[in-house]
Amino acid sequence: MNFVERTLSNLVGAMERAFQAEELAKRDGLLQRLDPRTKLVGILALVIVAALAHRLWVIGGLFGVAVWLAVWSRVSLATLAKRVWMPVFLFTGVIALPAPFITPGHEVGRLPGLGWAVTEQGLRSAGYLVARVETAATLSVLLILCTPWNHVLKALRVLRLPVLFVVILGMTYRYILLLLQSARDMFESRRSRMVGRLEGPERRRVAASSAGVLLSKSLQLSSDVYSAMLSRGFRGEVYLLDEFRTTAWDWLMLAVFGALASAAWYFGR
Amino acid sequence: MHIPDGYLSPATCAALYAGAAPFWYTALRRLQRWLNTRLIPLLSVFAAFSFLVMMFNLPLPGGTTGHALGVGVATVVLGPWASLLALSIALLIQALFFGDGGITTLGANCFNMAIVGSLVAYVVYRLLAGQAAITSSRRVVGAALAGYAAINASALCAAVELGIQPLLFRDASGAPLYAPYPLRIALPAMMIGHLTFAGVAELVLTGGVVAYLQRANPSLLELTAPAAPRGGAPDSAALSPDARRGLRPLWMALGLLLALTPLGILAGGAAWGEWAARDFSQAAARERMAAASRNMAPPLQAPRGLARLYSLWTAPFPGYAPSFVRQPALGYLLSAMFGCGVIILVFMLVGAAWPGRKIRGSPFYKT
Repeated sequence: MNFVERTLSNLVGAMERAFQAEELAKRDGLLQRLDPRTKLVGILALVIVAALAHRLWVIGGLFGVAVWLAVWSRVSLATLAKRVWMPVFLFTGVIALPAPFITPGHEVGRLPGLGWAVTEQGLRSAGYLVARVETAATLSVLLILCTPWNHVLKALRVLRLPVLFVVILGMTYRYILLLLQSARDMFESRRSRMVGRLEGPERRRVAASSAGVLLSKSLQLSSDVYSAMLSRGFRGEVYLLDEFRTTAWDWLMLAVFGALASAAWYFGR
Repeated sequence: MHIPDGYLSPATCAALYAGAAPFWYTALRRLQRWLNTRLIPLLSVFAAFSFLVMMFNLPLPGGTTGHALGVGVATVVLGPWASLLALSIALLIQALFFGDGGITTLGANCFNMAIVGSLVAYVVYRLLAGQAAITSSRRVVGAALAGYAAINASALCAAVELGIQPLLFRDASGAPLYAPYPLRIALPAMMIGHLTFAGVAELVLTGGVVAYLQRANPSLLELTAPAAPRGGAPDSAALSPDARRGLRPLWMALGLLLALTPLGILAGGAAWGEWAARDFSQAAARERMAAASRNMAPPLQAPRGLARLYSLWTAPFPGYAPSFVRQPALGYLLSAMFGCGVIILVFMLVGAAWPGRKIRGSPFYKT
């Protein structure tokens, strides 16, 4: 696969993930029914206590909570395995692999054949890393899979993020999808015109020129968007329509998230 | 280089969020003044562009491919403040919606890639490109090396953050709680990849895009080319009165840190590895060294090299305690003010010697 096809595959993959998330967010499940602010605060609390925990079983328990939330939110475990667990395990697992052999500590065995000493502290350290990353990544992905993206962004206001940032984030997400389409079309047309094999310097020139064209298009788009905003009466003030409503169910789930986070913090110290 | 959740301790994450906040605030204030209502569409679309550029697969010399960060391109076209905001927004979207980089580590990722990357790229580009013409090949080389330096500076920051985790955060059994590798492993592991593949990818992208823009749309390069021989208006990065006011939070943060320096007296013992040659022969100091080194007894005498080099230079304020000051807190404060003063003086001298402070505006910065 050449660099054009690889870039195309990256762009299409990102678009697929974005559309899949929007489909999942429409399903009827536990997390989908919650106010986005409740979800954001609750899941963020669990991610933070997972980072704070000093005991493996506590991090494992939080991972169990994440799996339970996924099942009740109708997110298939196969999707989680494909999108989170396997990639994280392959990336972080490879990084953590040498830790049992090079971390000083109490020797618990030796690697057959090579005779390298395996330490208890090294194993624990690798366990901490993999468990923490898997748990935090699962929780974060659940938030995105069960909430429309524009609701996630509006919910960020609960963390006191300025309205201006929320508006910029919303527009950025929107234009990512638009520019993804532009970039994909650009690379598709390039691929359809290529009949031979480009040499290294020529391939680099093509890739850099493509990025340059996309940059020029982006800045042109920014000017067009600005003109469109002005023509619709934009004078610099930004407002956010907040249609969120908190129900008794939200307060109950917030209490559940709070209790879980407090318990994990207490037992994980 | 996108650090996921779980690799850094919450304390490190909080410190880096706090470190990034003044830069975000300053950048936003400065850009709001310059861009006014144009800020929102420009930052949104450029953040979207930065996001996409990170997905580009770049052919590298040797037949492999790699991904670039786009920090060099963003800085050369937008200037450092808009670049650091656009990249921070792109990193937030990546972390939130695409699972690339963590939520707790977002501050660290923004600090490393958006803030350090943009500032390093800007300084290197301005130094190397000098007053060369917009279409000069010197600008291409300057931009390429700026991208290379920026990504490596970012990687260095990330490596240091990862490498200090096992020194600072361990459980009761001594097992590292977060990233498990010390600096001696984290630094080469991170830097080898960035000095070779990732750095070259950034170099290829930045140099290539600047070369393309020189041919196709040279006006986009005018913002960060203040002294280039083409007409124009004053620019962003020059220190206008508004810009000076925009720096106020950074000065306030610096003042607060200066005022807090006497807190250093509260810290017991000495920092690991910062021992004096005479400490090796003093019982109390030896005990502290052994305790700090997991009960590993230090050598009976100071190592020969250390003993020889220790007296090579005597600091004017040894131990942050000028000899003419009796109060340790006052000594700390004076030392901090002296140190900051020297650094500010050096930068003012560099600034005065730097040609072409007045730089032109750019088509998309005009309001």
